[in-house]
Amino acid sequence: MNDKKELKRELLLPGDLIEDEGVKPGRGTFKRDGKIYAATLGIKTVRSGYVNIAAQSGRYDPKKGDRVIGTVTDVNSSIWMVDLNAPFPAVLHVNDVPWRVEFGDTKRYIDVGDAILVKISNVDELKKIQISMDEEGLRKLNNGQVIEIAPSQVPRVIGRKGSMISMLKNYTDCRIYVGQNGRIWIDGPLEGQYVAVKAIQMIEEKAQVIGLTDAVEEYLKAETGKVLEVDKENV
Amino acid sequence: MADEDVKLIDEKGIRLDGRRFDELRPISIEAGVLKRADGSAYLEWGENKVLAAVYGPREMHPRHAQNPSRAVVQARYNMAAFSVPDRKRPGPDRRSVEISKIMSEALEEIVFVEQFPRASIDVFVEVLEASAGTRCAALTAASVALADAGIPMSDIISSCAAGKIDGQIVLDLGKKEDNYGEADVPLGMVPSSGKITLLQMDGNLTLEEYKQVMELAMGACKKIYQLQRDALKRRYSTSLKNFEEMADDTEEV
Repeated sequence: MNDKKELKRELLLPGDLIEDEGVKPGRGTFKRDGKIYAATLGIKTVRSGYVNIAAQSGRYDPKKGDRVIGTVTDVNSSIWMVDLNAPFPAVLHVNDVPWRVEFGDTKRYIDVGDAILVKISNVDELKKIQISMDEEGLRKLNNGQVIEIAPSQVPRVIGRKGSMISMLKNYTDCRIYVGQNGRIWIDGPLEGQYVAVKAIQMIEEKAQVIGLTDAVEEYLKAETGKVLEVDKENV
Repeated sequence: MADEDVKLIDEKGIRLDGRRFDELRPISIEAGVLKRADGSAYLEWGENKVLAAVYGPREMHPRHAQNPSRAVVQARYNMAAFSVPDRKRPGPDRRSVEISKIMSEALEEIVFVEQFPRASIDVFVEVLEASAGTRCAALTAASVALADAGIPMSDIISSCAAGKIDGQIVLDLGKKEDNYGEADVPLGMVPSSGKITLLQMDGNLTLEEYKQVMELAMGACKKIYQLQRDALKRRYSTSLKNFEEMADDTEEV
């Protein structure tokens, strides 16, 4: 959609003054003496009255509501400790999983090393992260593989209105889930997985190429030998 | 103390390496040179070569060193064994422990540490080649690496030294000038606000001389700030290009 926000894109560095009038400080900004400044290196975006800085690098910053892929690092009788690639470990409690787990029976359901698709249900001021699996679509990831990319590249892998990700799925016949924390789960025929991994690496490396979607489609066509033109309605 | 034979400035006011009193050595900075670190920078400053890497914010170990209300910035300054003409004995020594400490304290001033309770932000600076002024070079590189790592901070720190040689106030002392000069004052500051985050002095200055030194060094910091910004902009200039092709928010699967 071309709403009124078709401003010039601007790369800001920490400490840069944001001169827009009548906006509120959003993510990646800070306010000092009534003026708004950029706090992280990134691209300025304005949405619903807030200026945000879309970070172009850095670790995953956990946000409530994000769907992420975690790996279990520790289990005890009522919780699982989960690594989300964030600065802080996350806790999954037995009450937040879709099964009825007897006390001390946690290991039978999820064990150390398992990959799970979860939602961040809360991040408190002390940055304690609570996650939940008790929701439609959230589950333990039994098959396939998980790869990692920089969290800042996640929007590129998804693409405008999901264009990139649906293209990847259609060409490779794989099920793909991109967690907001930069972990990507891929499952499907082995050749498809291989191509998908290569394509995602290409997206990450060539993030700055103009017309990236077309370049990736070119690659997918060459690798899979498929011709798909039906998919334009998705855009 | 000075070796009387060494003349550091000639009659025309030209220094040993051909600079005038207010000239910096040539500086080049490149951001994002290391793939495995969260952020990095490589800096050449005259004959100094410095590499900085940033990791984090990440969970801090050992646990007892965690601060429950904010992140800890841990900088480590280290000189390579081959960084100086005579082999430097590897490992931390009195000097590098001191520099690590003052760098950590300087960087903590700009990082929004309250946003990451219990975490640590680790900054590693390796001096590959040293020729006077490495602590300024290290701090300058470290703050570029921090910005490259996407860490929230209020500004970028720039650093530069000034001092006194042969009775004259000069900027950015070289190796010989440092060894045979009368005073050396390394300064680290936030150029936009003028806030000083690092200040040391080796040697003696009168109050008047000190004021001149500060003015000279602060002016130079502003120039260095521009170089730091340019390095970061160069690194990320391409990020803007296909921004329109990206998903704009938390978009579905």
